[in-house]
Amino acid sequence: MTLKPAPHETLIKTRNLTKRFGDVLANNAINFKVKKGEIYALLGENGAGKSTLMNMLSGVYTPDEGHIFVHGEKVFFKSPEDSIKHRIGMIYQHFKLIDVMTALENIIIGRKDGFFLRTKEIKKQVLSIADRYGLPLNPDKKVYDMSVGEKQTVEIMKVLYRGADILILDEPTAVLTPQEIQNLFSILRRMKNEGCGIIIITHKLNEVMEISDWVTVLRKGENVGSVKTSETTYRQLADLMVGRSLDLSIEHVEIQEKNPVLEVRHLVLEDDERIKKINDLSFTLFSGEILGVAGISGSGQRQLCEALAGLYPVASGIIKYEGRDIVGLSSRQIMDKGISMSFIPEDRLGMGLVASMDLTENVILKDYYRSPGPFVDRKKGLEKTLAIIEKFNIQTPGPFHPVKLLSGGNIQKVLLGREIMSEPHLLITAYPTRGLDIASSFLIYDFINKQKKKGVPILYVGEDLDVLLELCDRIMVLCDGKATGILESQNATKELLGLLMAGETLESVERMNAHASDH
Amino acid sequence: MLSSFLHAAVIAGTPLVFAILGEILTERAGKLNLGVEGMMLMGAVVGFKTALLTSHPLWALFGAALAGAAGALIFSFLTVTLRSNQVVTGLALTIFGTGFASFLGQGLAGHIVPASVKDFFHPVALPVLSRIPFLGEALFHHSIFVYAGYIIIIAAYVYLFKTRFGLNLRALGENTAAADAAGINIMKYKFAHILSGGALIGLGGAFLSLVYVPTWQENITTGRGWIAVALVIFCKWNPIRIFWGAFLFGGLDIIGFRLQGLNIHISQYFFDMLPYIVTVIILIMTSVKDSKEKSPPAELGRPYFREDK
Repeated sequence: MTLKPAPHETLIKTRNLTKRFGDVLANNAINFKVKKGEIYALLGENGAGKSTLMNMLSGVYTPDEGHIFVHGEKVFFKSPEDSIKHRIGMIYQHFKLIDVMTALENIIIGRKDGFFLRTKEIKKQVLSIADRYGLPLNPDKKVYDMSVGEKQTVEIMKVLYRGADILILDEPTAVLTPQEIQNLFSILRRMKNEGCGIIIITHKLNEVMEISDWVTVLRKGENVGSVKTSETTYRQLADLMVGRSLDLSIEHVEIQEKNPVLEVRHLVLEDDERIKKINDLSFTLFSGEILGVAGISGSGQRQLCEALAGLYPVASGIIKYEGRDIVGLSSRQIMDKGISMSFIPEDRLGMGLVASMDLTENVILKDYYRSPGPFVDRKKGLEKTLAIIEKFNIQTPGPFHPVKLLSGGNIQKVLLGREIMSEPHLLITAYPTRGLDIASSFLIYDFINKQKKKGVPILYVGEDLDVLLELCDRIMVLCDGKATGILESQNATKELLGLLMAGETLESVERMNAHASDH
Repeated sequence: MLSSFLHAAVIAGTPLVFAILGEILTERAGKLNLGVEGMMLMGAVVGFKTALLTSHPLWALFGAALAGAAGALIFSFLTVTLRSNQVVTGLALTIFGTGFASFLGQGLAGHIVPASVKDFFHPVALPVLSRIPFLGEALFHHSIFVYAGYIIIIAAYVYLFKTRFGLNLRALGENTAAADAAGINIMKYKFAHILSGGALIGLGGAFLSLVYVPTWQENITTGRGWIAVALVIFCKWNPIRIFWGAFLFGGLDIIGFRLQGLNIHISQYFFDMLPYIVTVIILIMTSVKDSKEKSPPAELGRPYFREDK
């Protein structure tokens, strides 16, 4: 693949880019430009218009007003194909890879030349590009055998192979371990040195500070500031992003009294194919304690939460709640003991709420069966719903609005509100702030802490290690269904958690450290 | 004796070859077309009628392919463009095709394929190959139509697994969004493959009316379209396995008749039932989870919206 050197220093530029969806102004007159060898961050909260902007740059959406200039030329994209032709490469947050194919096949898809696949020749080209940018790539490995980091490498290789010199990465670090993030950053730096222009779309401030040269902050579709990263601060960016000053520290409440509430011993969970999703897991959850669960997604977090809530069959092991074994009890029997679960898997509406029902009905759903008689008491439910709406500041036209028409963050708040308002004796929560903006996230942390003060034990499955470290008392790290370590938050670091998430154990890390200090 | 049985099995399996292949192409594009039976009937009747009208074999084949493709066009317009439910659309297409064939076939019953067409499809022994002991006579002394089946199976295999078009097709059947993002023209690929699949299915029907029977009779396919749909699963969406699938079922189709010739008397109804029973057994066997690579295209049956998340 021959690449003509770009004659223009500026790789991509937008002028007054605007996009509306109905009445909603998703992007209003966005201007920015990315030069050769620059890493440009687009920072903003959910709903700030980052995805819309990215979709316009990649040809999925067409702008209503304004223009895009690529390599100095005014362009009009009708489809992703057009943007690829202009050497723009998108790396999506949710990888667009074909599981049953090899890395190489995934890279070749969509090629325009030749009838037969000249696999050998292409493999050579791919490996030489991989070499140039320092990408670790095994072209013959099937995607379903790959780790998340490897998959991302394939995605990056895909666009590089097509000769892209403008890379747009959408939330590239969302699913990576800290070590994988460092690898990604070193690849990005290498590409930058090779003259690529890189746009990363993110809401993670620390990463913006670490990797980018320039940053544009978006808020509610508006460009609220473009600054050189070296001339700004974390604080300033956070305020720009949220639009007001925010207290960015998570309160850490000390444990009042420590009694074991939930004891899990040698728990084994198996899926339909008898593959162990949780393997010999033991831990104790104390009253007034937040036990964090860290791990790459799919390490068994979902199965663990579901098993505790009585939704997943236990293959073997004991789960004791206040001294009594609850294995084999139905979810309602468990609920009646005051164990409340707010579990938010990737699909928010999958498990917690019924999408087509309104807020009030969803609130009633939790305990309608407790009211006597065959009829549902809507009055009480309505009162409760109004309380939740007010307390959690939920943006809704009213209590009878279908849940599915709310924004993701508000849906989340309905679910959490319902669970927390039911005064649980044990709270299981997974990714409670996923998809929420900073302000709402802090509101949630606050509510969790309030429960903790009441002495409620909390199992908190999270993905943001910074949050886990600040919020939790102890953190349990899962890798492939095994606990690779349970440690006090004070003694933990992100690096250590990262190693544990990647499958190291506390002992092996200690050995590594001892080994390192020997030399 | 066995050689002549094999010979007959190959002939009986040939309509399935075309129908399975057509359905594999369709399903690789992510569409489950249950209209195969109807499309075969459309191909059979149009092919037969064209043969009567023109007395020319190539026009007859062309007509049959066109009829199958027309059925596929209805199917792809509804399911690809309008994103209608594939199962319902396919079933409707079968009902439509059956009616279409009865309508066009009025007064055709009893007619015989013109001599010129019959001669064209007359068995030819291939030099050298047909001399292979035992298999030679069974496999290489056939109508040109049967050889076309062999060639097209191999061509489809090469196309699917060795060319970039095939790779793109497989990609879009596995993950349409990924293929779309890679710049593959989703619409063009789907239409092209569903339509050429339809043409093949139509040819499968024409083999029945022009070569196998070769007169017109009502409901000439007798459920072969349905068996083809099931055999796609048996073949694991890989054309090369059609050699087993189609000819095994060709054998089942004629075994009753053959055994009668040997004075073994088992109820004809039992043998009529055999292909369907074996289909059920095979479906049960193949539904036991296989490796990832041999599962159906992941997008099978799902409509695609670009702006969905």
